[in-house]
Amino acid sequence: MKGESGIKKGKLGENIRELGILIAFIVIIAFLMALSPDAFARPSNLINIVKQASINGILACGMMLVIISGGIDLSVGSTAALAGVMAAHFSHPGEYPLFVPIVIALIIGAAVGVVNGIGVAYGEIPPFIITLGTMTAVRGVSLIASGGAPVFNVSKPFEYVASGFLFGIPLLAVYFLIIVLISAFILTRTVFGRRVYTIGGNETAAKVSGINVRKMKIMVYTYAGMLAGFAGMLLASRTVSGSPTAGSGYELDAIAAVIIGGISMAGGAGKWYGTVIGALMIAVIGNGLDILGVSSHYQLIIKGAIIVFAVLIDIKSKSRNV
Amino acid sequence: MQYVLEMTGIDKSFSGVKVLDQVDLRVKPGEVHALMGENGAGKSTLMKILMGIYKADAGHIVLNGHETHISGPRDAIAQKISMIHQELNPVLDMEVSENIFIGREIRKKGLGKVGLVDRAAMRAETASLFDAMGIDIKPEEIVRRLSVAQIQLVEIVKAISLSAGIIIMDEPTSAITDREVEVLFRQIRQLKEQGVAIIYISHKIDEIFQIADSITVLRDGRLVGTDERRNFDRNRLITMMVGREISEVYPKGEATIGEPIMEVRNMNRGRRVRDVSFILREGEVLGIAGLVGAGRSELMESIFGMAPGSRGEVAVKGRNIRIRHPKDAIRTKIAMITEDRKRTGLNLKASVEHNITIVSIDKLAKFGFIDQSREGKVSEDYIGRLGIRTNSRKTMVQTLSGGNQQKVVLAKWLLTEPDIIIFDEPTRGIDVGAKRDIYLLIGELARQGKGIIVISSEMPEVMGISDRILVMCEGRITGELMRSEFTQEAIMGFASAMGGAGA
Repeated sequence: MKGESGIKKGKLGENIRELGILIAFIVIIAFLMALSPDAFARPSNLINIVKQASINGILACGMMLVIISGGIDLSVGSTAALAGVMAAHFSHPGEYPLFVPIVIALIIGAAVGVVNGIGVAYGEIPPFIITLGTMTAVRGVSLIASGGAPVFNVSKPFEYVASGFLFGIPLLAVYFLIIVLISAFILTRTVFGRRVYTIGGNETAAKVSGINVRKMKIMVYTYAGMLAGFAGMLLASRTVSGSPTAGSGYELDAIAAVIIGGISMAGGAGKWYGTVIGALMIAVIGNGLDILGVSSHYQLIIKGAIIVFAVLIDIKSKSRNV
Repeated sequence: MQYVLEMTGIDKSFSGVKVLDQVDLRVKPGEVHALMGENGAGKSTLMKILMGIYKADAGHIVLNGHETHISGPRDAIAQKISMIHQELNPVLDMEVSENIFIGREIRKKGLGKVGLVDRAAMRAETASLFDAMGIDIKPEEIVRRLSVAQIQLVEIVKAISLSAGIIIMDEPTSAITDREVEVLFRQIRQLKEQGVAIIYISHKIDEIFQIADSITVLRDGRLVGTDERRNFDRNRLITMMVGREISEVYPKGEATIGEPIMEVRNMNRGRRVRDVSFILREGEVLGIAGLVGAGRSELMESIFGMAPGSRGEVAVKGRNIRIRHPKDAIRTKIAMITEDRKRTGLNLKASVEHNITIVSIDKLAKFGFIDQSREGKVSEDYIGRLGIRTNSRKTMVQTLSGGNQQKVVLAKWLLTEPDIIIFDEPTRGIDVGAKRDIYLLIGELARQGKGIIVISSEMPEVMGISDRILVMCEGRITGELMRSEFTQEAIMGFASAMGGAGA
């Protein structure tokens, strides 16, 4: 086989780069285990971490597609809040079957995504601007829809959606896993995923290659929006209320997870498992620092430093590879 | 002191592969020294060593009789060496004068410490540089509004304004018209008179015979020969570069020309394409000649659905087709090998395989799921068929040489099994060997009965490979020539025919 060595060499180079993130992840875990063996490594705590990672991880999966396509979506936090408020409205005990609030949350998320997608694709508005607009406006809509106060009195089954277990595994973690698998499958195995990479890599070439760039962009933002709606519904279920102010800043956590995962902000490149590691890393650090008793104010500084550091490593390793 | 520059015994390896092996280059002051060789021969690497971008593993660089060491591009400029890169990197949203003085802006007197830029002085200085060279560009024009050729001229002026003793020009004419080549050559001759040495890299042999005083030929990282130009002839030069005899540079296959396959009627696109109609036949290679800006690429973009504002009819095999997006053109089996492979042809962030299959990915998938083993097989097949030199199909396309990148673009379109293939400047910036492969491929496709359109600014090329040539000028077709009527004079006559046939 010709080029066998080339394949190996390429994979090795790539692996080293991705190992960098993984090694950092393992080092942090080892560090926390050493510092606080009892509290950190307890199974209940590890489950807690995955639970903490899951909502951000679900948002990050959508964000990953958007960023690979060359865009950004700032509206996911607000969308999650609106979806949560509306899901709570439709989940009062004895009113509607459980699927109604879930479907409504997904539809609301998809609707915001479609608006973002049309704005980017047909309006040719920079993604940062259009999603900044919807982020602000949708927050307003959720405040109106909730009358400015959280919507309480949700049914037991609705509560169970986020707090339940499947074979001892928290359902939140199960959803996260399923959405990771779907997103990974889309990116690596489907025509749609391949086109998302191509649009992010070279939009003009994508168009010349016959790709309907506008349609693809609308689909990407719709996917991110739907996941935001789903995450918002889970958030409402977990907190047993639909809060109009929930999810603020979540878009930045999702972006952070994607970036820590080594996905290029310029679009066109990045691996799905980077995002998973990124989301877990943020949760591990938050949890670990809580256990160590670091004040949440200092935690923000550490989180910020880690984001910058992750990108720095990424840039350095890339420039060495080329 | 006979030489302004002597590079001797230069060695350079990248990850164990020797790319330069004991190479010498000696350049006299006031001469144009052509550096020739196929892609991958080591020309760029040698020049990057001279610019201090790479460090040589062994060898000496002697400037004006003194051994020197060049630590980087800034240091090279300080030592009066400057380079005009093949791929231009101007700041598009700055004005011309700001680009010329980038990194060494003229500061306001007295307030210099504060760092206020003296725009007026930079514009005045630029204007006087342009005046001296007879270049007609406004210093305050925004670079984005200039043509590629004009940007090239700006870069040349910039290099000269660095008061260089040695100027390296890497394919300076790859994007400019014959008329502008004249302007460039005039500049080069002026520079020679001032004692400036020019290292001139080009694949265009005609040009080299026009402008060069000496020629150094590299092949596979080794020095093949160096001599004065008058001791070379065309065949000797090609043989030295390629390492084998090439009997004819333009192999023209015999293809039977059949029925009309595509008819374009009254195509209009603003002022760029005006009322163009023509017929393309099966097995025919239709050349489109004209000056840069004559509307040739714009016409093809209109046909291919890349220009929404276009009006006109396209009929393929007798059926009218509505083409509003490239996907419509692709569906009717038209392929478009665009002019600028980096901008419109390739996704540089993806692998060879993903670039080859992107247009046909639907056919390699079921219900939207990619059949990866079929994708692998198909891409291996085309890598083999076109002789793409790559480590594997997973290699990033960015790491390939220009000629091999162009073959990836060809593979991607051949995979769609097109009936009509549009080539826009298919051999720009690639070496003689790869060019010949592409000419042979065009001949083979014509023999298969496909209709082929080739836009080319290289007169010998378009005359060498076409069965028929349409000449465009200012958006219109101003002339049509059959193969027996091809002469440079006839084509040039039509290409600058405004006021005559065109108006």
